[in-house]
Amino acid sequence: MTHLLHDELQHLKHILLRMSGMVEHAINMSVHSLLDNDESLARKVIESDHAIDMLEMEIDEMCLRLLALHQPVAIDLRFIIASTKINTDLERMGDLAVNIAERALYLIHKPQIDAGIDLKRMSDFAQKMARESLDALVQSDSMKAREICRSDDLLDDMNRQALTLLAAYMENHPEAVKSAVHLLLITRHLERIGDMATNICESIVFMTEGRSIKHHAEEYG
Amino acid sequence: MANAGATQDTGASRFDLIGRAGRNANKPEQHKAGRVKIRVENLSFHYGKNTALRNISLDIFEHRVTALIGPSGCGKSTFLRCLNRMNDIIEDTRMEGRILLDGQDVASPAADVVELRRKVGMVFQKPNPFPKSIFENVAYGPRINGIRNRTELAGIVEHSLRQAALWDEVHHDMKKPGTSLSGGQQQRLCIARALAVRPDVLLMDEPTSALDPIATAKIEELIDRLEEEYTIVIVTHNMQQAARVSDFTGFFYLGELIEEGPTEKLFTAPDRKQTEDYITGRFG
Repeated sequence: MTHLLHDELQHLKHILLRMSGMVEHAINMSVHSLLDNDESLARKVIESDHAIDMLEMEIDEMCLRLLALHQPVAIDLRFIIASTKINTDLERMGDLAVNIAERALYLIHKPQIDAGIDLKRMSDFAQKMARESLDALVQSDSMKAREICRSDDLLDDMNRQALTLLAAYMENHPEAVKSAVHLLLITRHLERIGDMATNICESIVFMTEGRSIKHHAEEYG
Repeated sequence: MANAGATQDTGASRFDLIGRAGRNANKPEQHKAGRVKIRVENLSFHYGKNTALRNISLDIFEHRVTALIGPSGCGKSTFLRCLNRMNDIIEDTRMEGRILLDGQDVASPAADVVELRRKVGMVFQKPNPFPKSIFENVAYGPRINGIRNRTELAGIVEHSLRQAALWDEVHHDMKKPGTSLSGGQQQRLCIARALAVRPDVLLMDEPTSALDPIATAKIEELIDRLEEEYTIVIVTHNMQQAARVSDFTGFFYLGELIEEGPTEKLFTAPDRKQTEDYITGRFG
C-alpha cells in the first residue's frame, strides 16, 4: 500500500511537471505573439488551453484520490496539498497566457501605441519568474523559491509604471483609448503571471520546509 | 441498530487530522500543554544485558492523550509498562532514571507499587475480562480496595460502565459472564474495570488492535471523552489512530525517543528525518 502511494506520488509529480511545461510554453507563445504581431501563434495559445484545463482536472482528481485512499502524512501530505495549489496556479497562468493572446489578436490590427512602455523587458521578466518557479518546483529548491518571491516587487513596479505611462497616453490620445486599455490589461496579466509564480514558490517552500510564508513578505529573506 | 448509529457518528467525527484540527479550533485550550502529570527523566530500561530504553525524557500532560508510536521492538510498550511498574514482574530487569507522577518518584524502590497501579490503570491489547459476571468484573477492584457496601459498589459499577459507554448495552443483564460479550464490548468492560478504582492515568497498550473498525471507532470516541477526566497514554501501531485520538505523540526507535511534540506538528511537518521516514512508510 505504502509503496503504491510512493509510485503514485511520482506519477503525480510527473504530470505536474508536464503541465508546468505546457504552461511555460503557452506563456512563451503568448508573449511572442504580442511582440512579433504573430496572429497564428496567438491562436495556437488559445487552442492549447483546453489540454491544460484537462490536465488540471486530472491532477485534481488524482490528489483527491490519494488523500482519500492513503491518508498521507508529513512530506507526502504536504506534497499533495502543495500540488493542488500549484495546479490551480498553473491553470490560472495558462488562462493569463490566453488573455494576453486574445488582446494581442486585437492589437495586431491596430496602430502601434508608443507610450514608452518597455513591454519586452516586462514580458521577459514575467517569463523568467514563471520559468524559474517551475525550475524550483522540479528541484524542490526552497532557497531559489524564496529568491523568486522577492523578485516579484520589481514586476509590480513595472506594472505601476506602465499604468502611469498609459494613463498619460490616453489623456493625450483619446482616439487610442481602447487599444491602450488592452495594452494596460496585458501589463496587468504579466504582473499576475508574476503573482502566480510567487504563489507557486510559496507552495514549494511549504512543501519542502513545512512552513507557510504566505502573506509574510519578511520571510522571503 | 446501536452499531449502525455509531458508524454514522464515527463517519462524521473521524476526519483524521482535519477533524482533529476542527475540534481544536473550537477548543483552543486543547493545544496547550497544561500541567505535567508525569515527568520522565533519563529513563533507561534493561532486560538482562539488552537495553530496551535509552535515556528517555518525556513530559506527559494532564487531561491530554499522548500516543507512542514506532516499529515493533522500539521500546514503546516497555516504556508504557514502566509508568506503572508492570515490568517489575519480569525477572532480571533493571530500570534507571526517574518517573515523577505528580512530583513523586514512582521508579524508586521505595514507591508504593500497589497504590501506583491504582492511580495508573492499564488496558491491554487483547480484552481480558475475568471469568466472572459483568458486575463482578467492574466491582473487583473497588472490592479489593475495601469497599463492601453493595449499594456503593453498584453505584461505582454503573458510573464506570457509563463512563466506558457500555452501560446501555449491558445494564439489563449484569450477571452475564464478561466473556460472553463481543470483543469490542469486552474491551470497554476492561476499560470500565480500570476506571472503577478511580485512577488518574490510563495506559492503553494497542487497545483496538484486536477489534473491528466499528468497535475501534467506539473506543476512540471513548478516549476522546475520557480525556476530560483522565490522562491517557496510548501505544498504537495504527498511525491514523494516533493522529486521530492524541494531542501529543512520541516516536520511539531502537529504544530511543526520536521525536515528541504536538500530534498535528508531528504528522504534518516532523523535525526529524527518521520520524518522517517512519510515518510515511519509507523506513528501512
